[in-house]
Amino acid sequence: MPHIPEKLRYWMLIIPALAVMIIFYIFPVLNIWGISITEPSVGIENYERMFASNAVKVSFVLTFRIAAITTVACLILGYVVAYTISNLAGRVRPLMLGLVLLPFWVSVLIRSFAWIVLLGRSGLVNDGLMATGIISQPLRLMHNELGVLIAMVHVMLPFAVLPMLTNMRGISGSYIQAARGLGASEWRAFREVYFPQTLPGVMSGGLLVFVLSLGFYVTPALLGGGRVMMISEYITYQIQEFLNWGLGAALSVVLLMATAVVLLIASRFVNLKTTFLERR
Amino acid sequence: MTHPIISIRHAVKTYGKFRALDAVALDIHEGEFLTLLGPSGSGKTTLLSAIAGFTALDDGSVHARGHDISGLPPEKRDFAMVFQGYALFPTMSVAQNVGYPLRVRKWSKDRIAQRVHECLALVQMEKFADRMPHQLSGGQQQRIALARALSFKPDVLLLDEPLSALDKKLRSDLQWELKSLHKKLGVTFVYVTHDQEEALSMSDRIVILKDGKIQQEGAPDDLYNLPKNQFVANFLGKSNVVNAHVIGTQGEHLLAEVEGRQFCATYDHANSPTGQVNFALRPERIRLGPPGQETFDGHIAQISYLGERCQVLVRHDALGEILVSHPTWDAALQPAPQMPVSFGWDAGACVALDAS
Ligand SMILES: Nc1ncnc2c1ncn2[C@@H]1O[C@H](COP(=O)(O)OP(=O)(O)OP(=O)(O)O)[C@@H](O)[C@H]1O
Ligand SMILES: [Mg+2]
Repeated sequence: MPHIPEKLRYWMLIIPALAVMIIFYIFPVLNIWGISITEPSVGIENYERMFASNAVKVSFVLTFRIAAITTVACLILGYVVAYTISNLAGRVRPLMLGLVLLPFWVSVLIRSFAWIVLLGRSGLVNDGLMATGIISQPLRLMHNELGVLIAMVHVMLPFAVLPMLTNMRGISGSYIQAARGLGASEWRAFREVYFPQTLPGVMSGGLLVFVLSLGFYVTPALLGGGRVMMISEYITYQIQEFLNWGLGAALSVVLLMATAVVLLIASRFVNLKTTFLERR
Repeated sequence: MTHPIISIRHAVKTYGKFRALDAVALDIHEGEFLTLLGPSGSGKTTLLSAIAGFTALDDGSVHARGHDISGLPPEKRDFAMVFQGYALFPTMSVAQNVGYPLRVRKWSKDRIAQRVHECLALVQMEKFADRMPHQLSGGQQQRIALARALSFKPDVLLLDEPLSALDKKLRSDLQWELKSLHKKLGVTFVYVTHDQEEALSMSDRIVILKDGKIQQEGAPDDLYNLPKNQFVANFLGKSNVVNAHVIGTQGEHLLAEVEGRQFCATYDHANSPTGQVNFALRPERIRLGPPGQETFDGHIAQISYLGERCQVLVRHDALGEILVSHPTWDAALQPAPQMPVSFGWDAGACVALDAS
């Protein structure tokens, strides 16, 4: 057998995956960039239109707002879950972990439809509240920002829990004990000794949820009912309804850039390698 | 009468059916260096953490200067604990770590800075104030943990195997330092270890635990010279166990007999043993001589050379194998395998053990 240098051998191993990435991802992305400056005519006219458009501005603001609220909600709820699993639960720990992972086995589409069944005008929640006489008129729980947020938080929660959980499991219980032995109350020990050590996990989870939320399509589209137009849906709308490929492509480019900027800023605070690659 | 600084009464801790602490009663006196010594799993950490307040007892109580503190949380007890893994807070610098107990106690900034400096000086770590814990070696972390525990001038310092992660040389250096710190500060030390040499060299008093029960407590030399039972005799150094028949007393000693040969043994005058009794006998207290010179005759089965001394295993028909620690400089008798020898000991070298 001819001698192949070690480096080359590793390259050969990743060539198939790399080829798939180039053909089906990098190439289309470049194509989109191309379209954004060539359709319908060569120039930056699409970008000019986009920055002038009020609807686009509204959609971007909405997207960042929803992503931010989802992130904060996921972090707060997820922190409690992760803390409980890593510190309190004894024998039920595997069960609790299983419950966190369970949603991954059910498609996002199905989970979103399930929320429609729950939150609709005559969904389970409204029916239940009306039957018990707490409300007389059905509440508007979907086809608005609230509905999108409820479902988004649910879908994104595991992505917040997992990084925080791995982080917390690496923190020995003796720190809290030491702090208390030195005179700190339980709450103070948590706040000053435990919490700072969990910040890397919080940052990782937050970044993951925020970035995923920025480009999320299925859940906002279904629960927003066309009324909560996040940027991904806006792009689809432009291309499918108006066949406005140029503007749609330009929007995609800007979304990609915005996400890249978020990652860039975050990389100053978070170790991206451990967030997305290694699960410590 | 002054109360002991800590008094443990009938402490019981069970995990399921397992008794980690079994009716432990112990008084700790102000200013002493007390060591809890025992094999792994004997309940040392459990006892220490019951004193510190991390472990709630199932029965019994802990008193501090006569007040029952069993119900108090750890932060209200004003004892300081040094953990086995040091548990320095990784997000705080060395100075912040040492100052933490003071910040909790709402000291002013100036006083904290001054005290932190004092404590770092105490453990010779002033230069490291601005480092983070992960930038320190194991021995340095250990010193900082000590400085942190001492910073708020606790009444009692609880140390759980603080040196067990360090190498032998560093360990003996730190043993000296701990000992001199204890002298200098006059703080009560409760020290956990499973290393008997460490316990013997450092302590004012040693408490030997096994299976959650106190086996014996006393000053190091008392424990070494007058073990109460076989476990203690073998846990602190090596001992031979000699089984002999008690035939009476002679002065302050007990007179015992094996195959018609008699010897005098030390015994606890509170209970006079009779019949067949086990005696502990330290290898270094046995003399070897040419056949016929000493009380018993046997022959050498095995020798291992240890430099200054050699260990000689002597076989005797009735006593079995007896381990002798023989000085290698003794020109009168150079042991060799299969050599017939006689052996004996001074009156009182044997100690009568409790049956168990
Ligand atoms: N949380 C617990 N649950 C069940 N059993 C426990 C628990 N903590 C301690 N034990 C048991 O109690 C016994 C005493 O434990 P402890 O930690 O006090 O031993 P130790 O003397 O400190 O031993 P080592 O020298 O190994 O540290 C052990 O047999 C241990 O298995
Ligand atoms: Mg222990």
